[in-house]
Amino acid sequence: MAEYHLTSPFSEEDIRKLRAGDIVYFDGLLFGIRDLTQIYMFDQGHEPPVSLAGAPCIHTAPSLRKVGAKWEKICVGTTTSTRMDRFTPELIRKYGVRAIIGKGGLYQGSLEAMQKYGAVYLAIVGGAAALETQQIEEVEAVYWEHLHPEALYQFRVKNFGPLTVAMDSHGRNLYEEVKAEAIRRLPEIYRRLGVQ
Amino acid sequence: MTDFDYRIVEEAAKQLYIRALCDLPPDVRAALKRAYQRETKPAARSVFEAIFKTIEIADRDKTLICQDTGLPIYKVKIGSAFPWNGYQIKNRLYEGAKRATQEFPFRSSSTHPLTRVNPQTSVGPGLPVIYFDFFDGQTLDILMAPKGSGSENMSKMQMFYPAHGVKALKKFVLDAVIESGANPCPPGIIGVGIGGTADLVAKLAKDAILRPVGQRNPDPEIAAMEEELEEAINATGRGPMGLGGDVSTLAVHIEMAYTHITLNPVAVNTQCWPARRARAIIHPDGAVEYGY
Repeated sequence: MAEYHLTSPFSEEDIRKLRAGDIVYFDGLLFGIRDLTQIYMFDQGHEPPVSLAGAPCIHTAPSLRKVGAKWEKICVGTTTSTRMDRFTPELIRKYGVRAIIGKGGLYQGSLEAMQKYGAVYLAIVGGAAALETQQIEEVEAVYWEHLHPEALYQFRVKNFGPLTVAMDSHGRNLYEEVKAEAIRRLPEIYRRLGVQ
Repeated sequence: MTDFDYRIVEEAAKQLYIRALCDLPPDVRAALKRAYQRETKPAARSVFEAIFKTIEIADRDKTLICQDTGLPIYKVKIGSAFPWNGYQIKNRLYEGAKRATQEFPFRSSSTHPLTRVNPQTSVGPGLPVIYFDFFDGQTLDILMAPKGSGSENMSKMQMFYPAHGVKALKKFVLDAVIESGANPCPPGIIGVGIGGTADLVAKLAKDAILRPVGQRNPDPEIAAMEEELEEAINATGRGPMGLGGDVSTLAVHIEMAYTHITLNPVAVNTQCWPARRARAIIHPDGAVEYGY
C-alpha cells in the first residue's frame, strides 16, 4: 500500500501508477456532480460549460449559500455512487475525467472504462462531511445553477483525503475482492452460527 | 397541565435535532476508539483516522458531522407524574424540527414520495416520526434521532415460519449485512427486531439502533445472540466503508417482542458509524437537561 499526494487535474501517468488499496490525497481542482447533473448532461444532451479533462468528479449534493455573486460552502458530503454508474463510462470516455470520488463503488462497465482510458475510483469516508467541507478551500464556480443542489460545482481543494483507490485502471475492484473474500469465508461462519 | 409552557418542548425539539447532527454520543465515540484499536489493516485504520478528524472538526466548529440530515425521529416517554397535553407535544415536535432546519439552517432531507418535492422543512405528512410511550416518573423524556438514507436504504424485513427456527433469523441478519456492503457507511450498529407483527418488528429494529452502543439486551439468551452475530459479521472481513478490515460492525443490538404462534418475523435496521442521537429530559418546572 502506497500513499500519494497529487495535484489535479491529473495526467494519465498519475492515474496509471495508482493500485487498488493505495491511499491518495490531492490539491487543486475538483468537480461536484450528482444524479441530476448527469441526467442533464447525458439524457438531455447539455454540454458542460467547462472542461472536465483530467479532473476528479465527486458524487455530492452540497449545501451552499449564495452571498452576492459568490457561493459559500455550508456542508459538502459524499453520496452513494452506484445510482450513477450508468453515466460513468461516458464521463470517462467523452470528457476525460480521471477519477470518480464516492462511496459504495461502481460496476463492471465503469471498471472497464477506467482500464481502457486511464481512470480510477477513489473511495471517500462516507459520513465524514465535516472533514470534506474543511478541505474545500473555495467554491470557484457553480454551473447550471437552476439544478442546485445537483448542479455542476467547481471546487478548489487542499490535501483532500484520505481516499482509498478502490477501483484502479488495471482492472482491480477492491469492493468485489472484499465481497468475494466474505463469500469465501461464509460457509465457515454459517457453520459456527449453526445455520447450515 | 394548563400552565406548562409548551414552547419549552418546541425549543427542545429544535435543539435536539441540531445537537444530534453535530455532537456524536460518547458511547459511539468510545466504540469507534475501541474498534480502531483492534483494527489491523492500514487502509481501514486510515478510515478511522478520517472519522476521528471529522468528529473533532464538528466539535470545534459546531457543524454537521454528515451532510445527510436524515429523517427526524422523536421517541417520547411521558412520566406518570408529568402534566402533559399530547396534542401540544405532537405539534411542538413538528414545529421544533421545522425550525431547526430553517434556523440553523441545514438541508431538509424530507420529500413527497411521488412528486419528490422537498419543501425544505424536514416535516410533512408522517414526519417527524413520533413514538409515544409511558413510564413511572416525573419527567418528559425525548430521544431524537436523524436517520440517514445510506443506512436506512439497507433495511430489510422477512416473515419466516416457526418451522424455519432461530437459525433462519441469524442467517437473514448476516446475509442482509453482507449484501449491504459499503452503502450504510460501516462500521455502525446493526439493529435487529425479532417477533411481534410485520410493523412492530421493523420498529423494534429501529429501537435497537437507538440504544447506547454495546448495551446488551437484558435477556441473556438474546444477549448471547447479539454477541454471536457480532462475531459473525466481523468475521466476514468487509471492514470500514466495505474496503476490507477487521471491524465491520460496532455492535449488534436485538429487540424482541412476543409474536403469534405461527409467526417468526425478523427485521434489520442498519445504522451508520455516525450513530446520531440526542436526548432531552424535561422537568415539570420547565427545566431541560440535554444528554444522549
